[in-house]
Amino acid sequence: MSAESPEPASAEEQKVVYSVIFNLLLIVFQEMEDKVISPEKAEEAKLKARYPHLGQKPGGSDFLRKRLQKGQKYFDSGDYNMAKAKMKNKQLPTAAPDKTEVTGDHIPTPQDLPQRKPSLVASKLAG
Amino acid sequence: MASHFHAFQLFFPSLRAGGGNDIQWCFSQVKGAVDDDVAEADIISTVEFNHSGELLATGDKGGRVVIFQQEQENKTQSHSRGEYNVYSTFQSHEPEFDYLKSLEIEEKINKIRWLPQKNAAQFLLSTNDKTIKLWKISERDKRPEGYNLKEEDGRYRDPTTVTTLRVPVFRPMDLMVEASPRRIFANAHTYHINSISINSDYETYLSADDLRINLWHLEITDRSFNIVDIKPANMEELTEVITAAEFHPNSCNTFVYSSSKGTIRLCDMRASALCDRHSKLFEEPEDPSNRSFFSEIISSISDVKFSHSGRYMMTRDYLSVKIWDLNMENRPVETYQVHEYLRSKLCSLYENDCIFDKFECCWNGSDSIVMTGSYNNFFRMFDRNTKRDITLEASRENNKPRTVLKPRKVCASGKRKKDEISVDSLDFNKKILHTAWHPKENIIAVATTNNLYIFQDKMN
Repeated sequence: MSAESPEPASAEEQKVVYSVIFNLLLIVFQEMEDKVISPEKAEEAKLKARYPHLGQKPGGSDFLRKRLQKGQKYFDSGDYNMAKAKMKNKQLPTAAPDKTEVTGDHIPTPQDLPQRKPSLVASKLAG
Repeated sequence: MASHFHAFQLFFPSLRAGGGNDIQWCFSQVKGAVDDDVAEADIISTVEFNHSGELLATGDKGGRVVIFQQEQENKTQSHSRGEYNVYSTFQSHEPEFDYLKSLEIEEKINKIRWLPQKNAAQFLLSTNDKTIKLWKISERDKRPEGYNLKEEDGRYRDPTTVTTLRVPVFRPMDLMVEASPRRIFANAHTYHINSISINSDYETYLSADDLRINLWHLEITDRSFNIVDIKPANMEELTEVITAAEFHPNSCNTFVYSSSKGTIRLCDMRASALCDRHSKLFEEPEDPSNRSFFSEIISSISDVKFSHSGRYMMTRDYLSVKIWDLNMENRPVETYQVHEYLRSKLCSLYENDCIFDKFECCWNGSDSIVMTGSYNNFFRMFDRNTKRDITLEASRENNKPRTVLKPRKVCASGKRKKDEISVDSLDFNKKILHTAWHPKENIIAVATTNNLYIFQDKMN
């Protein structure tokens, strides 16, 4: 039997073929996208792995409140003595690991005091 | 072959060196201590040219202001513009203590803004977290001599020895530059002041803290008007803070303020006394599928600056610089990536707090180039017309005047080419947060942690 040359595809057939190819390509790209994680999300995963208890609302209240309360909390003898009197037998709340975080219960103790500021001298830019 | 190379460059813009109409930047001067051990007080916290560019002011963490003056151009030295030398230095703010709240108030100068010159004296506003001060800087080059009742050294003469009267005359003396505080604007901010901006009416100015913006008259210190208040009734509901604010350069009724969520609000003071409702809200829509833990933090705007023309404004967030057309709110018209390679380092940058660094940005005099700082003492310039960008380094190794600075390149990943620096070798303690561009010339001031570099374009 002699080989017949293929008939030119009709417009309809062409359309079907093209749409099938297109859909196949879409599926392929979708799968590729699912496998590729943005660098930002990869970094997020890293952070969550290191700090699983990190707040639900990042950049939200905790972070902002910390920002608004920038500034050393100093030793206040009045607060300190009142807290001691109130506590009596209980232990005084110890300094939080993060000393800049102001919590309602934290009364700074003399040990928490930061170093004295150095005396003011002329700027080295003017030297 | 040449045409292929040019076509190649079209597809890889980063290959094209030079930004800024092929300005060739050269080292001019560096100010500050050489030693690596930086005293905290010496950390530079703000840099600002005055309106003519003749004066350059810096503020530091120790509350001191140093003003440099450009020396008059020497006709024989046609190859460079005048150098900047110390003109005046003074202690602007002192550390204070709020006894009621048991809080220390830092003396660090957050911002300096110059007033336009009206008479022989110069005026500037400097602010720390709580108090704004108006300083008058004046020159004295003559002094009166020949008093009747006083000797020249100030001792009083015995009146009985005075037999004749004379009229004191002014005689020239060595130039003395004096700085005196003329106004102190205090007790108007509960939170920390991040911005001050002088109105184009030259009579009023605004000061912004995390939650409020106040309007002042330069002559009146005991009163200010609150024009923006975003403090929620319940602080638990706090979701964003004000990060920067600026008056429009030409319209005295218009100002903008940026937020930690990446939005900019434009307000018109004619609309109401309290501008809590914005006239325009500039925000670039975000693809929700791209959202991550870091999205909001890196979208926080650290600086906003109007163009000199007043038609555009520029914002700086952690990774990019965006130019906004005031007529279009839904997205910026231009976006420039400052250090996109940091996106894959966000975890460590969060851990070492660098992700919260507040970089500033500035325009050149003709609004054609914008500049901002980065890490490793690198700073970047973007030419808005040619779309070319350049990375330069502020380092004492490039100390030879009139030697053109060599562009730097950071290698994000993979093979590092010769002369490139890999992301992991960047020094994140060497940050350039503050830069300033002379209002008229191609002269820039770049502040590293404790040094001030001045670069100029190569003339001839």
